Amino acid sequence: MPQSVDKILDHAPLFREPEYKDMLARKAEFENMPPVEQVTQIADWTKSWDYREKNFARESLSVNPAKACQPLGAVFVASGFERTMSFVHGSQGCVAYYRSHLSRHFKEPSSAVSSSMTEDAAVFGGLNNMVDGLANTYNLYSPKMIAVSTTCMAEVIGDDLNAFIATAKEKESVPADFDVPFAHTPAFVGSHVTGYDNMLKGILDHFWKGKEAKANGSLNIIPGFDGFAVGNNRELKRILDVMGVDYTILSDVSDQFDTPSDGEFRMYDGGTPIEATKNAVNASATLSLQEYCTPKTLDYAASFGQKTKSLHYPIGVGGTDDLLSSISELTGKPVPEALELERGRLVDAMADSQSWLHGKTYAIYGDPDFVYGMARFVLETGGEPKHCLATNGSKAWEAQMQELFDSSPFGAGCKAWGGRDLWHMRSLLATEEVDLLIGNSYGKYLERDTKTPLIRLMFPIFDRHHHHRFPVWGYQGGLRVLVTILDKIFDCLDQDTMDPGVTDYSFDLTR
Amino acid sequence: MSLDEGTINDPTLPERLIAEVLEAYPDKSRKRRQKHLSVSTTPDAEEKADGALSECDVKSNVKSIPGVMTIRGCAYAGSKGVVWGPIKDMVHISHGPVGCGQYSWSQRRNYYIGNTGVDSFVTMQFTSDFQERDIVFGGDKKLEKIIDEIDELFPLAKGISIQSECPIGLIGDDIEAVSRKKKKETGKTIVPVRCEGFRGVSQSLGHHIANDAIRDWVFNQEGAEDKFETTAYDVNVIGDYNIGGDAWSSRILLEEIGLRVVGNWSGDATLAEMERAPKAKLNLIHCYRSMNYICRYMEEKYNIPWVEYNFFGPSQIAASLRKIAALFDETIQANAERVIAKYQPLVDAILAKYKPRLEGKTVMLYVGGLRPRHVVNAYDDLGMVITGTGYEFAHSDDYQRTGHYVREGTLIYDDVTGYELERFIEGMRPDLVGSGIKEKYPVQKMGIPFRQMHSWDYSGPYHGYDGFAIFARDMDLAINNPVWGLFKAPWKKEAA
Repeated sequence: MPQSVDKILDHAPLFREPEYKDMLARKAEFENMPPVEQVTQIADWTKSWDYREKNFARESLSVNPAKACQPLGAVFVASGFERTMSFVHGSQGCVAYYRSHLSRHFKEPSSAVSSSMTEDAAVFGGLNNMVDGLANTYNLYSPKMIAVSTTCMAEVIGDDLNAFIATAKEKESVPADFDVPFAHTPAFVGSHVTGYDNMLKGILDHFWKGKEAKANGSLNIIPGFDGFAVGNNRELKRILDVMGVDYTILSDVSDQFDTPSDGEFRMYDGGTPIEATKNAVNASATLSLQEYCTPKTLDYAASFGQKTKSLHYPIGVGGTDDLLSSISELTGKPVPEALELERGRLVDAMADSQSWLHGKTYAIYGDPDFVYGMARFVLETGGEPKHCLATNGSKAWEAQMQELFDSSPFGAGCKAWGGRDLWHMRSLLATEEVDLLIGNSYGKYLERDTKTPLIRLMFPIFDRHHHHRFPVWGYQGGLRVLVTILDKIFDCLDQDTMDPGVTDYSFDLTR
Repeated sequence: MSLDEGTINDPTLPERLIAEVLEAYPDKSRKRRQKHLSVSTTPDAEEKADGALSECDVKSNVKSIPGVMTIRGCAYAGSKGVVWGPIKDMVHISHGPVGCGQYSWSQRRNYYIGNTGVDSFVTMQFTSDFQERDIVFGGDKKLEKIIDEIDELFPLAKGISIQSECPIGLIGDDIEAVSRKKKKETGKTIVPVRCEGFRGVSQSLGHHIANDAIRDWVFNQEGAEDKFETTAYDVNVIGDYNIGGDAWSSRILLEEIGLRVVGNWSGDATLAEMERAPKAKLNLIHCYRSMNYICRYMEEKYNIPWVEYNFFGPSQIAASLRKIAALFDETIQANAERVIAKYQPLVDAILAKYKPRLEGKTVMLYVGGLRPRHVVNAYDDLGMVITGTGYEFAHSDDYQRTGHYVREGTLIYDDVTGYELERFIEGMRPDLVGSGIKEKYPVQKMGIPFRQMHSWDYSGPYHGYDGFAIFARDMDLAINNPVWGLFKAPWKKEAA
């Protein structure tokens, strides 16, 4: 009998016990699975150049894409405002999915409501759902703002949010002056980064529309969709405080996705205050840390006379240099010595470890700005980001990546793949091997299939805990990224050299 | 039941909590919500004679109210996520925009043995990733192309199911026509499933639609395998999705009593196991809510009887083994007694170790369509007491069955809202809550131990005797972890 109370086996060891192995062998007789030889043959073929060519010839099927849909980005960005409840108009299952997805990554509550449209609403429209729904949300959850976005169902039938919200206010679902910004976020356009942009613009438009901006010297900063937002936003605020900048972070989710355990469930915590959001129209400039999360929002900010600029996820030395220079340029504040010291420490660490990093090859996938920032840092370490892939990356992004590769001798032979998915990545890794894979939890399947060690630095991370609580931005964040890469390299090397009397001649104590 | 009168300090508390939460709603919604909340009452004589402990009478299986934070999902989740997704040697296309397939990718822990991407496809996300042009011009041509691409790149896939997302039914695509055409061309099973998320009121209709799709597109297909030698002991296990290996720790017991499991639906299942099902002698149904439809159909069409069973906790396992064995001959019945006796020392050891640590602890549950009642006796076996339970997507027959599991005075909540659940938990202060990922972190922040009862919180299996050991250990580690004592800072403690 495999199970005993002294040592309770759960799934991983239990099913390797002889009783279960026998049982599974008996089950196989009923399965009609293909013969082993055929499976091996096809498995080998899926890793061949022939398969790669067929795989890249795909036109319609998407397999293991690395992107989500617009409303996820909308729910994420809305949660970074003071006491804001996301209200997603359309089918209710979608909202269950966004909440689960965010909770699984952050290991935190994620609150959002749905207008729960069903078949009758598909026929007659969802006006009643909006009217009743806003009243219920307002009464049950005491928000300061309700941010309305849409699922694809509501988009396909063409519900008009502006008119619906106006009607709901007429029917006193919420007070007439209650803040209900909205954005149409069709899932069949763009990805979660597009939804981030649309919802943020919707919120700003709600507060800024018709206002006369008076530039006051302050800076708006938009972090973009970021799984490391808890650590990153706090690091960003520290940097801005050290620089003495007057700033508003437009959508700061860092407290919302990091509430303490002290006996109280906080449905809302932190976030950009409503007042600050209103006043942000008077900022002199708006800086986006992720270009692809903010094209419409930046255009909108520019329409108020603000200077605008966008970066690509400020990781590493050059990425952080650009961040500090941009802040300095947009606010006139010099970069203080304290931050220069931090820069020196990061460079010092890179110099100490350079021999282990030089010439390492990488595959990187994720959101377009992350991939750019990450590849740039890899180049700085003497690494070669051979395969860079963003399912939600465009031709324009590919061109930017090529420019980046061309800027460094380590970029030779590197290629950016926009619009491709992780099944394409599998072919790349199988045919042109690299030393390390940087991505998210979905990458573990690539690690299993191609034995490429995976480093998790991108949303979503489901199977490792708490990484998002530490920053990857700034020089301090750069240190963490550096150590994460180095740990993986050293751990792999140790694993490779610990066979006693066989490989352990290289099991060096000091590396 | 181990519960004495003193365990519940205040028998009027559940009623008062219901009244309190209803206060918060606008009138219209209050009227609707109050029908879904109740306290279980004394069963009538007839029900009592039938073994009922209480009567759980709430309205169920109706639309959720907008804007209240329902915990429910949709028909797509019920079909792709629950019924079809675990069938391992088929490709399941999430047909529509990218999100549905992305968020449900690998999240139900349907364990399987296979070479993923080669002969098995469960933990992959296949999607048609609809773009605006697909909405405007329709997606049927794209779907045809997708099926061709799957056929080329995944030649060992035995079939394909098309899991419709919301837009499919709204833009008038004819996925049935595409399926028929492609089935002819490829010779493979192709199953269109009309599980658009706006259909029905929860996951439940998705289960039903998925069952109907098996009936219409898998059973009695031309060219399906028919050279199968049957025996008198052939059974199908229906409605075990092999979460964390549940179906395996169940199957081992059924084999031990001498039965031959010829199909497992749908955890670790293959298409062959689905096709062959009508040849079995008996259907054993675990998740009644999601698969009773196909059992009723097989009963009507092929004369295959079905019986509900419950492999959570030793009392129910023993009762179920006897109930199943009673439908076979004396050999099987003797085997069942032998198996029950064989595992008794393990059960005794588990209870000796964990019961003292868990006895009298109170539990509130909120899960899908089966577990809010099915796991109750597993807790009972450990001396724990269910003080509240409810379902996301049960029907009235589920609540009727619930009366056989929970005692009078239990708080019952159907399609509970985030607001209600938080208030109920805050008011009842149970020692443990069992629910889903969305509920986990709010509850833990309140300082109340929690276990995910959909995914087994990444543990499992929980079915069978081997699973009960893990279940007991997990409930203990959740409740008796020292972290719950660290919530209050020492200076706050002194002040209090």
